[in-house]
Amino acid sequence: MPKFLLLKHYRGVPEKHPNCEAPMEQWTPEEITAHIGFMDRMIEDLKDAGQFVDAQALSPQGTFVRYGGEGKPPVTDGPFAETKDLIAGWMAIDVDSAEAAYEKAAYLSSAPGPGGLPLHEWIEVRPFLEGTPEEV
Amino acid sequence: MTLDAALLRDLTPQVLGVLVRRGADFATAEDAVQDALVEAVRRWPDGAPDDPKGWLVTVAWRKLLDARRAASSRVLREVKVALEPGPGPTEQADDTLLLLSRCCHPALSPSSAVALTLRAVGGLTTAQIARAFLVPEATMAQRISRAKRSLTGARLDEPGDVRAVLHVLYLIFTEGFTGEVDLAAEAIRLTRQLVAAVPQDAEAAGLLALMLLHHARRAARFDAAALVPLDRQDRSRWDAGMIAEGVALLQAALARDARGPFQVQAAIAALHDDAATADETDWSQILEWYDDLVRLDPRNPAVALNRAVAVGHVDGPLAGLRIVESLDAGLPRRTAAAAWLHERAGDREEAARLYKLAADEAASSPERTHLLKQAARLAR
Repeated sequence: MPKFLLLKHYRGVPEKHPNCEAPMEQWTPEEITAHIGFMDRMIEDLKDAGQFVDAQALSPQGTFVRYGGEGKPPVTDGPFAETKDLIAGWMAIDVDSAEAAYEKAAYLSSAPGPGGLPLHEWIEVRPFLEGTPEEV
Repeated sequence: MTLDAALLRDLTPQVLGVLVRRGADFATAEDAVQDALVEAVRRWPDGAPDDPKGWLVTVAWRKLLDARRAASSRVLREVKVALEPGPGPTEQADDTLLLLSRCCHPALSPSSAVALTLRAVGGLTTAQIARAFLVPEATMAQRISRAKRSLTGARLDEPGDVRAVLHVLYLIFTEGFTGEVDLAAEAIRLTRQLVAAVPQDAEAAGLLALMLLHHARRAARFDAAALVPLDRQDRSRWDAGMIAEGVALLQAALARDARGPFQVQAAIAALHDDAATADETDWSQILEWYDDLVRLDPRNPAVALNRAVAVGHVDGPLAGLRIVESLDAGLPRRTAAAAWLHERAGDREEAARLYKLAADEAASSPERTHLLKQAARLAR
């Protein structure tokens, strides 16, 4: 059954909904707690429904690393404060269809933000490539 | 003789079927069978008893009554195990069908039906099913127990719809092989059981034939993680025995004169399997079968796309392209088919562009790799 990655971005998304403009450090602590609590409940619901694969949050601190050549240490660049696209975290789900994945993404996007209003945050939905093509 | 795991695996769904037919609740029955298996592992160190199925039914039934007693009241119910008739061959076939049709109940989502079928009829462990579908074991356990719960309450003694069972078995087959559990082989095993239970059903036989005729090519289907298309496969690696079995099944099914989509797809697969080289493929006959398939399944765009490719072989690539272009742009593999037809028509540049596009639309890694290689080949 198809798997999808629901990606939350800090940056690098289409034009944001007004509810989603304030960065989290400008929210109240209660608003942050409510937001995180919503996501925790969503993860529990996905587990109960047998649709959960993985959920992770990422530090905004990242470093680019590449091969430096035979016997040389890795070449590093960064960390950068201002990369164009910045991934905040993800949920990986296993559902029956793309439509079902979009519904979960929309629900995730309804997580409360400032004032307890739905954030309307853009969630990027990426299908996993299957390991094997269909037998027929 | 040591404990025979394969024997236990074969007997598990049969025993479960008996319990369900006697009116036991599905989830409780499944637990009871598991308990009986544990008991068997403990008590059969030197080999199975003469009637292992009877032994398991008796023990599972006792476990079920124990559980019922423990769960309900202190009042002991009458135990009437001794009065239960022993199962004969016909009943066993009925039980297989009963169990399969419950697990493939249309009220269940496809993924739930697939998981439950593999667990309750296939006898796979939850951990094995989880690994086959690359999800955490807890997720699969939850999926299966929800599926079982949603079957609770319904009386389960009437065989259900064979069509729904065929659909779920087909889904399991198309999952293929993800590493540890060979789901295609498992689907074939289960479909064999179904065919034994409904020997008069032409579509069940058609599905089994279709599976065998495709599965026979598997050794030739992959090359270094890329998909090898039919016309480039090393046909000496196809399983001739499996093809012969599939063809025989198909001929017997077609003779029943109750044609359905699985039989027609099997006929198309048989024509491919029958060609010694790709060039010898009888595309005119294949196209006739596709015309049949479109009549049987007129609203299936995937069928229309495959037919367009056959038209490309018979009437030329431009005729094929005209049909492809009339189909919905979002249809899976439409771009790949268009790329191939453009290449046949001699437009390498457009073909290369479309192969790259098709690679980005592919649903699996081997398919993507294959399409990227096609684009790369034409760009040289």
